Amino acid sequence: MDAVAVFGEPRKRRGEQVIKGLLFLAALLSVLTTAGIVFSLLEETISFFGDVSVTEFLGGTEWYPLFAEPTFGVVPLVTGTLLVSGVALLVAVPIGLGAAVYLAEYASPRVRRTVKPVLELLAGVPTIVFGYFALLFFTPEVLKPLFGEPLQGFNALSAGAIMGFMIVPTIASVSEDAMSAVPTSLREGAYGLGSTKLQVSTRVVFPAALSGIVASFVLGASRAIGETMIVLIAAGLQPNFTADPRKSVETMTTFIAATAKGDAAVGSTAYKAIFAVGTLLFVLTFVMNMISIRFVRKYRQVYE
Amino acid sequence: MFHIRLTTILAVSGALAFAAAGCGEDEAAEGSSSSSQSQDLTGSIRIDGSSTVYPFAQAAAETFMGQNPGVQISVGQSGTGGGFEKFCAGETDISNASRPIKDDEEVPLCEKGGVEYAEVQVANDGIAVVSNKSLEIDCMTTGELKELWSTSKVKRYSLFGPGTDSGTFDFFTDEINGEEGLTRKDYQPSEDDNVLVQGVAGDENGLGYFGFSYYEQNADELNLIGVDAGDGCVKPSAETIQDGSYKPLSRPLFMYPSAKAIARPEVKAFLDYVEQNQEQIASDAQLVAMTSEQAAKAQQALRKAEQ
Amino acid sequence: MSAIAAPIPAADRRDRWRGGVFRGVLLSCIVVSAAMLVTLLIDIALDGAGALSFNFLTNSPSFRPDVAGIWPALMGTLWLMAIVTLFVVPVGVAAAIYLEEYADPTRWWNRLIEVNIQNLAAVPSIVYGILGLAFIVRGPLSLGPVVMAGALTLGLLVLPVVIIASREAIRAVPPSIREGSLALGATQWQTIWKQVLPSAIPGIATGIILALSRAIGETAPLIVIGAASFVAFAPSGPDSIFTAVPLQMYEWISRPQEEFHQLAAAGILVLMTVLILMNSVAMWLRNKYESKW
Repeated sequence: MDAVAVFGEPRKRRGEQVIKGLLFLAALLSVLTTAGIVFSLLEETISFFGDVSVTEFLGGTEWYPLFAEPTFGVVPLVTGTLLVSGVALLVAVPIGLGAAVYLAEYASPRVRRTVKPVLELLAGVPTIVFGYFALLFFTPEVLKPLFGEPLQGFNALSAGAIMGFMIVPTIASVSEDAMSAVPTSLREGAYGLGSTKLQVSTRVVFPAALSGIVASFVLGASRAIGETMIVLIAAGLQPNFTADPRKSVETMTTFIAATAKGDAAVGSTAYKAIFAVGTLLFVLTFVMNMISIRFVRKYRQVYE
Repeated sequence: MFHIRLTTILAVSGALAFAAAGCGEDEAAEGSSSSSQSQDLTGSIRIDGSSTVYPFAQAAAETFMGQNPGVQISVGQSGTGGGFEKFCAGETDISNASRPIKDDEEVPLCEKGGVEYAEVQVANDGIAVVSNKSLEIDCMTTGELKELWSTSKVKRYSLFGPGTDSGTFDFFTDEINGEEGLTRKDYQPSEDDNVLVQGVAGDENGLGYFGFSYYEQNADELNLIGVDAGDGCVKPSAETIQDGSYKPLSRPLFMYPSAKAIARPEVKAFLDYVEQNQEQIASDAQLVAMTSEQAAKAQQALRKAEQ
Repeated sequence: MSAIAAPIPAADRRDRWRGGVFRGVLLSCIVVSAAMLVTLLIDIALDGAGALSFNFLTNSPSFRPDVAGIWPALMGTLWLMAIVTLFVVPVGVAAAIYLEEYADPTRWWNRLIEVNIQNLAAVPSIVYGILGLAFIVRGPLSLGPVVMAGALTLGLLVLPVVIIASREAIRAVPPSIREGSLALGATQWQTIWKQVLPSAIPGIATGIILALSRAIGETAPLIVIGAASFVAFAPSGPDSIFTAVPLQMYEWISRPQEEFHQLAAAGILVLMTVLILMNSVAMWLRNKYESKW
């Protein structure tokens, strides 16, 4: 066996190297993007911390940067973000996963081909539309009758629930792709041993597709945390420090959006707060993703 | 079969879209200008800034372009602050503002960017204080308003107001509460004045403040509260805002053209057009026009800059 | 599902009952989602269908609601979507191929890239706007607030979605396919290009659909980079000032006059139609290349 037969023609090998290089550059773009984001946020963030101490920022529970006596405690924004995203995932994960399992395991190819696009259409509805739907329909017609007085006109529950529906297609589509890709041989083997469809779906397909499913969750959670318009319109802008989803909240994203489009003077501390909150958001999602990557790597099944 | 049909649809729509991109229709509304403008002005003008002034800029741009199709004007809504940021970086020709440029933060920014400008008033705007129709409040003194909005003492109303980042908020708190940014915390803020209208109209104890044009559009659903600043109760209307008798909640709206932009003939023509037709434009934009004194002052500022 | 995969009838009555309930629960998930979408669309259609007309499609925006139209915004959106697709598909798929086929996961730089991509998926769109303003509109690229800048900003925003979905699709291709190809003498790239990628197309197509759906409805980043809210002309090229349908809608819906709200609803219907057309291409690809192992 000569070297060419084993390793390929030298020209082909160099061609492979070039291709590998190009692909690497494409992947590197993500690092460049992150670097770019960090740079564009950095200067103003550092300047912000010249005006406001880190302890006040991270520990304070009053966020009123545009008041006459401004306070810069970011905690209410973080809890607001977690509250709304939490509600969203509570809605999106079961519905999305349920839809995915049905499409992958129970639906005929024709049903699958029609329903999947319908779900994906849900993902294409502009977020402004969801926001106004939550505010003008969901809160008064669905939530107010259910919860009555303690529910504020702007509330985290409405924004979170509707946001959940927006995320369902992400979770459903990616999970469903993952489950469909599980080799039929695995299913057939299980059926051959006498399993019911329920058992095959939950004990064979689901674990085999777990990496894809978790990826869909992370994608969904990422979308939830970064979502702006729905929350801006339906959850209001009151920076309440609360775990009660019936109250109005302000999230990190809605603060950034409202202030960036508002009349705050460039160079004021409130303006710089945009960058500081942006940085915090970035750091938090970074940590969340590190944890999830570790989790996925640990549980990923390789089945061949 | 299914595949062919799809591809055809796509090909056709794609072709339509891109072929048509070259020849977009442009039906601007008819202008009502009395002066004759040159037909062969060309160029592009970039305007950005306050969303309150935006309708004015848009109406002006549209009617001006109707007579000068060679000029392309675009108007953005980055907010007064965001507008100045781009303006002082030299990226826009005119900045819309619902307040004067800030001395401590924004003026130095323009100096740094080497941008010289003129301050030209273009219209007036008022802030209406309204309540739900079931509350029969006819008038409030500025003292009562201040107590209502700067402390949390009065609890009987459901309060609605603009978010802390908006110019309306800045202006109201400055004029009524005595300091910009001084306000009670327990009111429902919103970015969108339409939402505030809905809030007040939908809650029997609703009370709020927002831009006058939003009251006008929904006058039959809301109760308008007059403001007594010491000279008797005055309700906001086009007249009282214009002549300033609706105190203190009337404010001027500005456009800031840069010196470099004014030197260009199309920008100068546009500004002259605005100055000559400000009443009509304000009416089109549902804002309040300037008085003749204000207009004269604005004219002066413009002339000076055009030198 | 092939006939071979049909399950053996459950002998247990309890099993059958449980299976039925399970299936019912799953089906209800789909029904709830579909119901949501339908309610939403009906709500919009009721508001906006009245304002839809040929003039609406071909006119420019105006302060008069009866002659206002969506043409410049529509063209802006189409231009944006076209450039975003051209940017995101090759770069996204290339990055995914690199990470799945070539990268050694023990190397720190590859792990860094992975973490980066997942992180970027969660960054709010407005931060991408700030990035776009600093580096694309100004800074090194200095394109100005033009179509190209908007498209690149949106592209960066949705790129992680494409990469993540493509990675999952590529990962799902069984190793036996690759091994077989290599055993027959193909190079790694040949294997990827001819075997792995075609099998992964359905998943990649899903990623593209999700990405474009996201991009078409984004408002915040476009505002930050300086896209106008009022533009009376369609873009003449990638270096044109522009506006987009969501921006136009947001502008209309903030106006006090009710007629503008109807226009906004009509605008949404137009946007959804464009989205359906765009997604049908991806869906067609997905259906064509579907394969079962």
